[in-house]
Amino acid sequence: MADEVLRMQNITKIYSNGFIANRDVNLVVQRNEIHGLVGENGAGKTTLMKMLFGMEVPNEGKIFIDGKEEKIANPLDAIHKGVGMVHQHFMLLPSLSVAENVTLGIEPVKNGLYDFERAVADTQAIADKYNFKIDARAKVADLSVGQMQKVEILKALIKGAKILIMDEPTAVLTPQETEELFEQLFILRDDGVSVIFISHKLEEVMHICGRVTVLRHGACMGSYNTKDLTQASLSKLMVGRDVVLKIEKEDPTLGTPVVSIRDLVKINSFGKNVIDGLSFDIRAGEVVGIAGVEGNGQTELAQVLSGLGSFASGEALLNGESIKGKSVREIRDLGMAYIAEDRMVEGVAGNMSIKMNIVADRFAKKEFKKGLFMDAKKIDKLVDQYIKDFEIACDSPDEPVRMLSGGNIQKVVVAREFTSGANFLLACQPTRGIDVGTAEMIRKTIVRKAREENLACLLISADLNEVLECSDRLLVMRKGKIAAAFPKANQVSEDVLGEYMLGVREMTGAEMEGLL
Amino acid sequence: MSIDWVAFIADAIRLSTPLIFAALAALICRQAGMFNMGLEGMILWSALGAVICAHYSGSMWIGLLGGIAVGLVSGLIIAFASISGKADLYLTCIAFNLAATGGTVFVMYLLTGEKSTTAGAFRSYQIPNLGPDTPIIGGLFKLIEKIPVIGRIISGQSLLTWLALLSVVLVWVLLKKTRLGLRIRAVGENPHAAESVGISVPKVGYVSFSICGVMTGLSGAFLSMSFVTFFMKGMANGRGYIGLSAQNMANGEPIGSALASLLFGFCQELSTTMKNQTTFPTEFLEMIPYAATIIALGITGMLAIRRRRRVESGQAAAKEE
Repeated sequence: MADEVLRMQNITKIYSNGFIANRDVNLVVQRNEIHGLVGENGAGKTTLMKMLFGMEVPNEGKIFIDGKEEKIANPLDAIHKGVGMVHQHFMLLPSLSVAENVTLGIEPVKNGLYDFERAVADTQAIADKYNFKIDARAKVADLSVGQMQKVEILKALIKGAKILIMDEPTAVLTPQETEELFEQLFILRDDGVSVIFISHKLEEVMHICGRVTVLRHGACMGSYNTKDLTQASLSKLMVGRDVVLKIEKEDPTLGTPVVSIRDLVKINSFGKNVIDGLSFDIRAGEVVGIAGVEGNGQTELAQVLSGLGSFASGEALLNGESIKGKSVREIRDLGMAYIAEDRMVEGVAGNMSIKMNIVADRFAKKEFKKGLFMDAKKIDKLVDQYIKDFEIACDSPDEPVRMLSGGNIQKVVVAREFTSGANFLLACQPTRGIDVGTAEMIRKTIVRKAREENLACLLISADLNEVLECSDRLLVMRKGKIAAAFPKANQVSEDVLGEYMLGVREMTGAEMEGLL
Repeated sequence: MSIDWVAFIADAIRLSTPLIFAALAALICRQAGMFNMGLEGMILWSALGAVICAHYSGSMWIGLLGGIAVGLVSGLIIAFASISGKADLYLTCIAFNLAATGGTVFVMYLLTGEKSTTAGAFRSYQIPNLGPDTPIIGGLFKLIEKIPVIGRIISGQSLLTWLALLSVVLVWVLLKKTRLGLRIRAVGENPHAAESVGISVPKVGYVSFSICGVMTGLSGAFLSMSFVTFFMKGMANGRGYIGLSAQNMANGEPIGSALASLLFGFCQELSTTMKNQTTFPTEFLEMIPYAATIIALGITGMLAIRRRRRVESGQAAAKEE
């Protein structure tokens, strides 16, 4: 067993914007092993694997394959060195057949024409060897997601992969498909292929992996034999707060419900229910936090509530009026303010001035107009005031927003959203990737506005510090549903929260009674 | 109003020829993931190139080859700007088309002193029509002509019309049956996926533009050496754009694109016939092929949107997508 296939040693990766994705990480994978790589979103799992697959270059550290030090220049090079990767988002061509997808790049040719029959035979041979029930002639678009994944695995195997990276392979599978995949991974393992299994589903990791390496905030929390761990101890290793943040706040005085969501369902373009029967209220004066591993419907919920996305069924009321079919402008007029998840995409227009970005939601209103035109004097005065209030560091209000630092761009966003006069604030990852000072200002302002101005706030965040400290009530989202609800966020321990986020435990409807 | 329907169909097929070449040119680029709006200009340059080469060499065949070569070079120019130069493809194509509108007239003026047509200054050369008088296979056409109705449609069509039909098959084989075709489709559908298995995306782009150039070359040569036998200012007359629309209606499939081209060819012939037979204003009739294009694109677009809406609202299974 002590046959070492891969050693990644003291790997450090710092992105050009200063973000440390991996800090001194070690990973050792043996032959005939399924090795788990676990951690929360943003813990650095994908970055580590991108370096192994030649998509990123480490700043420090060495990679050994079969005991030999290797520099992996690009994915093609990685494939030549026996590394295959099954991406979370499939790299497939849906309009082509399975065999064409699998042999692309190494196509068999006969008499100058593509030898489709050979491709089918080669593909089928490998599929049969590993017991993949798949028709090599089928069109990929007609396959289920589980079968598409098998095509991805076949693509790696036909090129002779000895190390197979599976990036969250079960995220898209049904329980039956997952079970089938595991059996095939066992066959692969016994045949001498090493599998690196990236996941945050603990039961799966415990079930199939012999050893597991845990990453948290880019740092390596060590490698363990799964038989020495319990799900609870593993979740404790994964989920944690580095620095504990405290926000002093008194209990909320609850008002009437500002937002009511009933049986909300959103279906994505693959026909999957990304929001699956969600119901809860947000009352005036409270901050409702939503925690959860990313990709469990939080982004979609924000899209629905902000009006950027539609929903299939159910009801969403804002101040008593349904938002179904309403435009973003109409929903804003009903009283919504929105701090978007990705500020560069939905938060600001990068090439426009700070001034224009701040008044973007209100320049058309009567009070900012003078006849046909914008009231320049009034706008200038207001913007100058906000730049002072929110301490936006800039040369002039006419500077394009993209010239600012991340924190200052976010200040421009909150200067607009906090002053819009709305009574519902939808805040998605409001402090992601910005400096500590600005983050603290934003968090404190959210809490203060809830207390003093009776603002209802929905705070969706992947930052545990933030949801635990800023929120009054805390909901956990998993698979498009509410998995748990807590009346007082700052009394929830992160261990318990981690267990609900990762699906180790789930609350029943009765337990959450009165908390939604 | 009396119409000779057989002649009508024969003429409609003749009018479809440059459209079929244009549609094939457009669909090769589309399959490789590029929307080539520069077809119009490419056809125009090719038409001029064919006439010039024929005149100075004194050979119809060299004229045809010249047209193809000019088309090829045009395609490579656009490919170079957009692939190697990383210029925006649409803007490159628009610039190329505008340059072709003026440039062809300028070149024509330099060589002939004329600004509207080469008719008087250059000798006319015609690419042969295949009929009973054609050497070697003439006998075959004598037999074909005896078939009622169909015989008169088939006989007397240009060599290039036959080549257009053959090209439909060749392009189909290229795309569906060869390694290059597979790679073109792969790059067009998902360049990242293609790149991840070691396919050179720029190389496939250049090859696609080259094939596209040959097709536009044939389209242009048909216009100036078969449809008429001289070059005329602006003679592409929107055929590049109609070709683009035709392949768009058929989702980039060669056979469907050829059928759509035939439909547009029929519309053109319809407007020509009605011009002669009725008292409708000519300007209105000339609008028919272009109006048909807009209507056809509108309908195909609406169908696609409706399908997507149904999936997202949960009324249909995702598989129908």
